[in-house]
Amino acid sequence: MPGRVEIRNIKKAYGSFLALDDVSLDIAPGEFLTLLGPSGSGKTTLLNVLAGFVRPDSGSITIDGAEFLLLPPHKRNLGMVFQNYALFPHMSVRRNVGYPLRLRGVSGAELDRRVEEALGLVQMAHLADRGVNALSGGQRQRVALARAIVFEPSILLMDEPLSALDKKLREHMQLELKRLHDRLGTTTVYVTHDQREALTLSDRIAVVNGGKIVQLGTPDEIYDRPKNKFVADFIGETRFLPVETSTSGALLYGRPLRTRDDWKDGDSDKPWLVIRPERLRWKGDETETANRIEAEATDVIYQGDSYLITVRMPDGIELDLRRGPDLGGKDLPERGQPIQLWLDREHTILVADKS
Amino acid sequence: MTMVLNHPGIADAEPNADALKRRGSRERRALASLTLPGAILIFLVLILPIGWLFWLSFFGPSGEATLENYARMLKPIYVRTFISTFEVAGLVTLVCVLLGYPVAYLLSQLSERTAGLLMIFVVLPFWTSVLVRTYAWLVLLQRTGLVNTWLIDAGVISTPLPLVHNMLGTVIGMVHVMLPFLILPLYASMRAIDPVYMRAAANCGATPSQAFRQVFLPMSLPGLTAGIALVFVLCLGFFVTPALLGGGRVAMWAMQIANNISVYGNWGAASALGVVLLVVTAIILYAFKRLFRVDTFEGVR
Repeated sequence: MPGRVEIRNIKKAYGSFLALDDVSLDIAPGEFLTLLGPSGSGKTTLLNVLAGFVRPDSGSITIDGAEFLLLPPHKRNLGMVFQNYALFPHMSVRRNVGYPLRLRGVSGAELDRRVEEALGLVQMAHLADRGVNALSGGQRQRVALARAIVFEPSILLMDEPLSALDKKLREHMQLELKRLHDRLGTTTVYVTHDQREALTLSDRIAVVNGGKIVQLGTPDEIYDRPKNKFVADFIGETRFLPVETSTSGALLYGRPLRTRDDWKDGDSDKPWLVIRPERLRWKGDETETANRIEAEATDVIYQGDSYLITVRMPDGIELDLRRGPDLGGKDLPERGQPIQLWLDREHTILVADKS
Repeated sequence: MTMVLNHPGIADAEPNADALKRRGSRERRALASLTLPGAILIFLVLILPIGWLFWLSFFGPSGEATLENYARMLKPIYVRTFISTFEVAGLVTLVCVLLGYPVAYLLSQLSERTAGLLMIFVVLPFWTSVLVRTYAWLVLLQRTGLVNTWLIDAGVISTPLPLVHNMLGTVIGMVHVMLPFLILPLYASMRAIDPVYMRAAANCGATPSQAFRQVFLPMSLPGLTAGIALVFVLCLGFFVTPALLGGGRVAMWAMQIANNISVYGNWGAASALGVVLLVVTAIILYAFKRLFRVDTFEGVR
């Protein structure tokens, strides 16, 4: 299966600013890999290096073993969906999608057939003869996708393709993108700053910050086993509690903390406990003292699909706790009431500031 | 509470509806009144004189009502002038496009700062009067002018080239005046073309020259047509430069108008020529708009 990408030691500096700091990454054939990071992290720069729009200072990219970095953009044979779609306004939907094929010398019935097929895949065949200015955002997105896949590229690049859509449409398109990827099996590199989108779509996520890949892993690895405070903070509605660590273990407000992994050397450099609202348990045995948090409820907010309960620790740090509409026979706390919370051992992760 | 007063005994179903409606229309009237000074000015200095011109064109030299002023225009001399006016305007526009498009393209690809600096050289001619620039061309291009003297001194030619007092000199001088009118709208429209389209074209597999021809050029057409229409229409009525640099060999419509007044004192005939020029210009602008639907790309196949 073609589409194996090997990125090696890519460096790119703008003046004294290191946009890409020695980035290496392997992408497996057929994989859906997401570059996730805040703006300015270098994720888009890396995508543009792949597409050939940004010339790095050094490094190597091979695709299926062949050096790729020195090819001009038009010879790279990559499909790309741009952030604002970049559909040609002077061409109809059909001509936009047919453009890459016509450049490759495809014409006549073959051209028509392949354009129809690509438009069919994104459910846009019925609007083939519209001008692109007459389309809605979601429709443009589909056409841009059809144009990127019509020539069957070995690799598909997407630069925040859903960011211009409203929330509902974005979630719908995520599902469609996932199905399309399952169907075509094209190696896909996807750039986004939306962590939920990354978790939804990806086989693997590369969290990018400061021009480096800070963690590479499957969505559950990234979410449940963040390597440092940055990753933990960037993914999920995360709060942190300070813990006292020693060579033998950790204490949370003086109580012993049982962590997911057995205590090992080096863990004493990880002073932050990762707290996610949906991982906090509010039903438990009062005799369970380990991993117990005692706090005071400060706000109880009904958000339709769930309750968001804000609690304050004795030292003033606030945590959020999310409960589904089914409260499991327990009453909602009143504001100012003390509340006891537990964190299961499997969700007890400590992180360092940097790693 | 007017509703209640107007319809005693009926419950007020739409409270304040009338008062709110009156506020709305008062606000619209207040806003519309802002256009009043401009509207008065346009009426006094544009609509009124043109109406007067139109009126005058139907009277002969001795004040009798006649269509003779229009009938005269079928004479060969006027037909020839009419055609030659279009030829000159077309040629000047063509040269402006050939010279201006690359300049506008270059400027559009530079950073805003650099482009702003270089733009000074484009608009610099605007800061000098057309008359001064036209005489300057005379100094450069005449038989004993700078260009001929240099070429003879350098041994390139032995007799002076006829650079001025002919079509060539006229076109050179007019292009110089008209070029900014082409570059400015073209530059503005090229600036508005997001560079991402060229990236998208390259990504689709277009070489740089294919991307330029198939994506950039079509997208710059609205600006180009705007520039072409502007230059062409300005050329049709151009007087000073062709009069001075044409040496009597280039006949333009505007020069016929001037002749009718300054030589023959025939205001009626001059007015008729003016009306024809105005009507023809309006038709051309309308045709441009229809032909190149500059405002929209929709439905293009």
